[in-house]
Amino acid sequence: MKVLVPVKRVLDYNVKPRVKADGTGVDLANVKMSMNPFDEIAVEEAIRLKDKGVTEIVVVSIGEQKAQETLRTALAMGADRAILVVSEEKVEPLGVAKLLARIVEEEKPDLVILGKQAIDDDNNQTGQMLAGLLGVGQATFASKVDLTSDSVTVTREVDGGSETETLKLPAVITTDLRLNEPRYASLPNIMKAKSKPLAQKTPADYGVDVAPRLTTLKVVEPAKRSAGVKVADVDELVAKLKAMGVAK
Amino acid sequence: MKTLVWVEHDGAAVKDATLAVVTAASKLGEVHLLVAGHGVGGVAADAAKIAGVGKVHVADDAAYAHALAENVAPLVVALMADHDAVLFPATSNGKNIAPRVAALLDVMQISDILSVESADTFTRPIYAGNAIATVQTSDKKLVITVRGTAFEKAATEGGSGTIEAVASTGDKGLSTFAGAEIAKSERPELTSAKIIVSGGRALQNSENFHSIIEPLADKLGAGVGASRAAVDAGYVPNDYQVGQTGKIVAPEVYIAIGISGAIQHLAGMKDSKTIIAINKDEDAPIFQVADIGLVGDLFKIVPELTEKLA
Repeated sequence: MKVLVPVKRVLDYNVKPRVKADGTGVDLANVKMSMNPFDEIAVEEAIRLKDKGVTEIVVVSIGEQKAQETLRTALAMGADRAILVVSEEKVEPLGVAKLLARIVEEEKPDLVILGKQAIDDDNNQTGQMLAGLLGVGQATFASKVDLTSDSVTVTREVDGGSETETLKLPAVITTDLRLNEPRYASLPNIMKAKSKPLAQKTPADYGVDVAPRLTTLKVVEPAKRSAGVKVADVDELVAKLKAMGVAK
Repeated sequence: MKTLVWVEHDGAAVKDATLAVVTAASKLGEVHLLVAGHGVGGVAADAAKIAGVGKVHVADDAAYAHALAENVAPLVVALMADHDAVLFPATSNGKNIAPRVAALLDVMQISDILSVESADTFTRPIYAGNAIATVQTSDKKLVITVRGTAFEKAATEGGSGTIEAVASTGDKGLSTFAGAEIAKSERPELTSAKIIVSGGRALQNSENFHSIIEPLADKLGAGVGASRAAVDAGYVPNDYQVGQTGKIVAPEVYIAIGISGAIQHLAGMKDSKTIIAINKDEDAPIFQVADIGLVGDLFKIVPELTEKLA
């Protein structure tokens, strides 16, 4: 069984985003970039499925040349080979989904596992769009994946609890935070990953138009809250709550 | 512009999240609703009473019983022949279905909008709410998800929409619903609660969480939330989580107890009208956003507070 895992290079989770003074976006110059955390979970899940009949994991990234580093990280974790679709311009989820759909046609994976959203644009779209374009089942926000030879049963995190769905294969899954804890790549595996195959493509190779549909007019910082008052004790807090009409 | 709003419901009642979407849609034009489900005549009748609603399309079929995206998306696509925009609440169902619709329509979705600036321009949060982007679309049709806390809720009475049955697009046979574990609680839902009491890792364990946080919440008629740290530590189930990766809330009053205030958590609650923080660390980041702060031991303060509230 083959699994395809798309990954995205994003501003590292621990770096506080800074809005550029000219309002054109978030400053990504000279800051640490990493694999999108939800995508790391997707790579980890694919690796764990190697005990359940998965024989090959193909990772793919759509982005600038530097996304090679992200793909090497996935290869060091345990993926088998990588495809980089090079685009120095930002590609929107719709364009990414179209490219992935073409790659799925070529690679014919049984399962595509993606992060539920990238932590930069927070769109939460690509997996669902891909499933729609392919006309296959989708299980978003997965917290548990049970794979059999012809179907996959996924527990999903939903408002108010969890929900379980069974999908025919091939299918698309998007990961939520609690699906697993991604491993760290060991040094020997990082070395080994350097010699794993990494193919380079362009959107034109797949005949996909990735021209953006949205124009970002400006990016600003959100309105700041300022610190209020400190109260000395519970009595003072109760008085405040009463004044607000929260308590009688 | 003719807009279509996908109605979130539980089979019996319209969910509050829908009401904010109606308000957002009304800024674009005429508002039609889609009630898809199984045995949803009552929901449709209620939906028709929502203020400002023109038409209510009802698709009643077992295929729509669990809001499976594979079945609902083709139904929405069929209705989009006659609508210019479709709006979903940014709930787990809305986020699941909307992008599938967008892909089928060849439209780039606009996720989690905070405001409608004009017929093609919207604001939305990026980077976990650390930045707000204004985006303009060039697509002819619009597919949008709406952040519920960013728009006023439309009134549930006063409308007189006409109900119209639409043909089912059937079960696509790609997925089957196998079950759900939805927590039953007498307390208000987080996303619509007026008051929320949230606990963090400082509660130390599940027993403390229940014995300290819940009595206060019940005294105030509040919903109960938690930080990601408290959820990850297993004190409460994941649907309690408030934060960028959990629920985005904006109640009248948010009481954060033993929560340090990680960026991740602040992203989920910083639009609350009044934030009250109780924490033993006076340098905790939560105090930088709190309107009222009380520094001290939550194990003493919270029971005393619960006791002193009538």
